[in-house]
Parts: sequence; structure tokens; C-alpha cells
Amino acid sequence: MTNILETHHIIKQYAEHRALDDVSLSVPKGCIFGLLGPNGAGKTSLIRIINQITAPDSGEVILDGERLKPDHIKRIGYLPEERGLYKKMKVGEQLLYLAQLKGLTEKQAMEMLKVWFVKFDIKTWWNKQIQDLSKGMQQKVQFVATVLHEPDLIILDEPFSGFDPINANLIKDEILELREKGKTIIFSTHRMESVEELCDYIALINRSHKILDGSKRAIKEQFKTHTYHIEYQGVLTSLPTAFEVLRNQPLEDDFQRADIKIPPDASVNDLIRHLIDTVALRSFGENIPSMNDIFIQTVGENND
Amino acid sequence: MHTIFLIIKREYLVRVRKRSFIVMTILGPVLIFGFYAIIGWAAVSSINQKKVAVVDESGRFVNKFKADNETVFSYPKESLTNAKKSFVKQGYDALVFIPKDVIDYPKTVQIFAEKSVSLALQSNIERAIGKEIETIKLEQAGITQKVIEDAKVNVDAQTISLSDSGEKSSNGIATTIISGFCALLIYISVLIYGTQVMRGVMEEKTNRIVEVIISSVKPFQLMLGKIIGVALVGLTQFLLWIALTAGLITVGSSVLGQKETAKSAMSARMNGMPGQQEVQQKMAKDKNPVTSIMAAIETLNIPLIISCFLFYFLGGYLLYSALFGAIGAAVDSETETQQFMFPIMMPIIAAIAFAQIAVRDPDGPLAFWTSIIPFTSPVVMMVRVPFGVPIWQLMLSMGLLVLGFLGTTWIAARIYRVGILMYGKKVSFRELSKWVFYKG
Repeated sequence: MTNILETHHIIKQYAEHRALDDVSLSVPKGCIFGLLGPNGAGKTSLIRIINQITAPDSGEVILDGERLKPDHIKRIGYLPEERGLYKKMKVGEQLLYLAQLKGLTEKQAMEMLKVWFVKFDIKTWWNKQIQDLSKGMQQKVQFVATVLHEPDLIILDEPFSGFDPINANLIKDEILELREKGKTIIFSTHRMESVEELCDYIALINRSHKILDGSKRAIKEQFKTHTYHIEYQGVLTSLPTAFEVLRNQPLEDDFQRADIKIPPDASVNDLIRHLIDTVALRSFGENIPSMNDIFIQTVGENND
Repeated sequence: MHTIFLIIKREYLVRVRKRSFIVMTILGPVLIFGFYAIIGWAAVSSINQKKVAVVDESGRFVNKFKADNETVFSYPKESLTNAKKSFVKQGYDALVFIPKDVIDYPKTVQIFAEKSVSLALQSNIERAIGKEIETIKLEQAGITQKVIEDAKVNVDAQTISLSDSGEKSSNGIATTIISGFCALLIYISVLIYGTQVMRGVMEEKTNRIVEVIISSVKPFQLMLGKIIGVALVGLTQFLLWIALTAGLITVGSSVLGQKETAKSAMSARMNGMPGQQEVQQKMAKDKNPVTSIMAAIETLNIPLIISCFLFYFLGGYLLYSALFGAIGAAVDSETETQQFMFPIMMPIIAAIAFAQIAVRDPDGPLAFWTSIIPFTSPVVMMVRVPFGVPIWQLMLSMGLLVLGFLGTTWIAARIYRVGILMYGKKVSFRELSKWVFYKG
């Protein structure tokens, strides 16, 4: 699989602090890529470098095999975390203007806009001033502005903030649809449930360094604790000593719940075999770490 | 290049479509015209005519005093005591008593008035009597009326300015008014449009749209596009003003001119000397302040003044608006602008002070230097241009102004690109100077 975006050893130094230190990333084409990290980690600095708003002190950015150049801005769509539009401009005029800045002709922009206005059912907004729209409506307009020029790479900084659940869903569907069309989406967020739901790949940045990256599946595999949870009736005895019971607590009915860690050389089947002989099982499952757990754990360890 | 054109177009259209622009465009010439009309009106009709009674025992001065805009005379055949009693009742402002032996004792002339007599009236009467006595004495000495008339030459000094293009007659007052007006207009417009640039930048920054825009265009393009867009708004406004004002003045001056002539004719009739009416009318026309100023304005090099005005407006505006733009980028709110505005306003305000000196002494060393240095030259040079400036000075001043705004634009752009992305941080001058040297 080819990478749409690669950064190699990016360093960005501001007066007193280093915002990015040797950050290298690879974003495969056609995926949803989550850029994670606590506040002030350097995510926005990295995004600004990719958007050519600022330049790195050293290192390079490769977009689709080419070193980043001014012409590339047409191939990138950017929704900044700090949203904003000209308050006193009309919706239609404003979108035409922004699309033309991205290199579309007025005619092209007009055609694209028609499609989006129908899709989002906002035809009546064309002549409204931005300041007369609600915050959620403004966000929709801004989302249209981001993707109107059909960029190959779409960078969304906290895309769901400020949306009510219905509109957030609408945007989520759009993101998935864009991926279907072969576009790549990088999104930066704190909301781990949306990472869990949407992302194929992630990178975790903390204190100016990339501390973790890869496909979501691989990372989860890496963070697996080899523990399983069971709900059962009876007395849990005669497990081999290698199987460690981490926790055992009674549930409201006669059942109990236990977390059991298995040794690396044992298989799940071994555990089940032991259990079947001793207790009545109601449920059985593997404890898969959530992105939230991974985030907290990794950042916590990194900060120590 | 295409994107910068798009930015200019937006900045221009957004402002030109604003209601305030349309109102100012119409109101501007009306205000200028109103100002002009008040001056004209004041010159024509503010003077309150005084009625003066002349009791002439010598009998030599009847009808010898010439009425003008300020005074009319009448000659009641009464004794001094009677006249004294009745002059207030009859509505006279003053009573002049000329005794029989005035020719031998000119100091015996008396002026009575209820209130004190104005100095102008007193000297007017003294001059008229003196002149008459002079004539009489000359006649007594054997010089005929004819010789005296011939000897009366009307000298009206014209001020002639020597310039490269030859001699031109000019009018000192008109030149002063024009140069003061141009300088003031440059000063005001640099401030107004400079602040507009600053507001525009701040709007983009506080709206947070700036990040979207500069992911499409370079910050420098955005700044330049805004500056040029606002400059075009200014130029549009000026051109509309010039056109509208010229129209209003053409209409207005003809109306005022007619009124003035009619008024003089009336005062001549009041004087009871219909024969002089024609002469008076002609005199009035010559002395009509409106027409004489208009005539003087016509002698000035209007195309040069207008083109210099547009150049210095643009130059001064570009120089300052870049700095205003940088301020807008550096701050988060209007209140924070104050501390940065001050050092930028200083040279402009100083320029207006220098301009007042330059009006009095357009070729003095202070006027020369301040009209060469870029920060004050737009205002001060505009004062000097109507008086005539050597071409090399004009070239030097313009050249330095161009270098000046290239310099300020460079500095401003470096502050701007850092500032627009810096939220919620109070900045100091030290900080700003550091930004100038940031990389990339």
C-alpha cells in the first residue's frame, strides 16, 4: 500500500520550546488516520506544517511521492480546530471565495456547491449571512468549504466538536463516504470513542515526540494483556498456577465475574478446558484494551 | 497572482458595498462643499453695514465718502447739536462732525457714537477725510483735478512664483488653503484606511478564519491583498469625491457669484448714486473672493497636485497600513491595540505639526527635511507641492517613500505571519522584534 503522506524527522523549534522533535509518520492512502495526543503535544504544529502554514526547521514532508510544494495546497482540505468564517459574508459567496482560493474556477465551484447544498439540505442558506446561522450550521458550512475542492487528503482537527449528535453522525457518514471514494482523512481528536469507531491507523504524539503509531489492530494486539473475563456459577478452583486470577467479584445474582490472565505459552482453549470441568459458564470474552486505555497508559508511562 | 487578485476583489467589494461607504461618498463632497459655502457666505454677507451720519460744516465733504460693504454714509443738513440728539433715533451707528476750518485744523474732526467706534471705521473715515483734504490742498497749490486723477494709479501687487515651468501668477491664500487641505486629507485618510486594514486583520484573526485562508494562500499574499483592496477603496472614494465636489463647486460658485454681484448693486443704489452703480458692480466682480480664489486655483498646477496627492496618499497609506496590519495581527482585541498604535501615530501627528510650519515657510530647512523623510513626507510634501517644489526634491522624496513602504511592508509581513496564528498571548515590543527574525 502506498503512502499519501510521509513526514521524515520533522523538527520545529519555537523560541523557548521544541514543538516537534524528530517526528516521522506514514499515512497510507485511503485510510482514516487518527492523530492523537494530549493538549499541547504538537499536533497542531504538525498539521500546520502539512498545510504549509509554517515550515519545519528540518525534516521533510512527502505528499504522494513528491516533496511538499505550494501547488499541493489544492490537494489538501483543512478544517482547523478554531473554526471561523467571515461573519458578514453570505454563505454562498463565502464558499465560492474559499473554493476559488483553492484553485477551482467559479464555474466548477458553483457546480460542486450545488451538489453539497442539496446533499446537506441547506439550499435556503445561500443568501444568509454567516452570523445569522447557528453554530452547528456554521460548522456544516465550514465542512463543505473543507471538502469542496475534492482534496485527496483531508485534515480535520477535532471535527466533531460543536456538533449535536445528529449532525455529528452526518459528518461521520461523510467521512466514511470520503474514504470509500479513496480519499485519505487525518483527524486529530481527544474523543477516543470516535477513534475506536473510525480510525484505521493512529499515531500518538506526546511532548513533541511520536510515541506510538501503526494500524489500530496492530496496536491493540500489541497492548493486549492476555486476560479474559468470565461469568460463572460455582467455585473457581484447581486452575494451573500459571493461570492467574486477577480479580473475582460476585455479581447481583448467584454469578461471579473473574478476570484471568493466561501465560504466553498457553492457549485460550487450555483455559476453557479447565473451566468447563469446574464451573458453570455464562459468558466468556477476551479483555481487549480500548484506545482510551492505550492512550492513558502510553502517555502516562511517557510522562513518568 | 490569481489568488491575490481574488483577495483584493473580496476586500474591495466587501467594503464598497457597505452602507457606510456609500454614505461617506455622498456626504464627503457635501461636507466639503458646505465648508466651502460657509467660507464664501461669510466673505459675502457676514459684514454688518454701518450707517454713518456726516455733519459737514465746511460743506466740502458732501457725497465724498464712498460707501462700501462695511459702511454707508448720509449727509443730514442739521446742526451738530440737533444731529447729536437725533442720530440714534434715526438708526445711525456713528456721527461724524467736520468743522468749518477742517482744512487748516484737520485734528478737529470728531466722531460720535453710542458705543465705541470700531478701529476700522475710524481709520476709514480718517483716511477719507485725509485724502479729501489732500486733494483740496493740492488744488489750492494749483494742481488740477485731471492731474490728480491721472496720478491715481491702482497698484494691486500680484505675487508671482518662479518655477521651472516659467512664471505663473498665484494667489498666496488660495495656495495655502489648497496645500493645507491636501495635507489634512492625506493625514486623515492614512489614519482612516490604515485603521481599516488593522480592523480587517483583527477580524480575520478573531474570527479564526485566518487559518483556513492561509492554508490556501501565503500570509504575505493575504496581507498584501487586504492592503491593496483597501487602497482601491480609498482611491475609489477620492475619485468619486473629486468628481462630485467639482460638480458641486461649479454649480455653487456660479450661484454665490451672482448673489455677490446683486448685493453690491443694491448697496450702490442705497448710496443714492445710480451713476456709480455700474462701476461698483464691476468692482464687486473683481473683488468677489469666490471668483478670485477660483481664478487663483485655476493658475495652480492642478494635474500635478492631484497626481502628487494620489501618489502620496498611496505611498503614505502603504507605509502605514502595513504597520497597522502588523498590529492587527499581533493583538487579540481592540483594547490591546492602544499601546502599539501610539508609536505609529507619533510620526503622523508630528507630520501635521511640521505641515503647519511648512505652510508658513515651504522652502525652509525643516519643511525640506520632513518632506524628504518617508514617515512625514506624505503630509509635509503635499503642503509644499502647491507652492512649487524642485523636481529633484520631489523625486528624492518619492523614491525614499517607495523604499520606506517596501521596508515597513517587509517588517510587517514578518510580524504578521507569526501574529495571526498566536492566540491568547499578550505581546510586547520585544516579542514583536523577535518575530521579525523568526525563520520560515
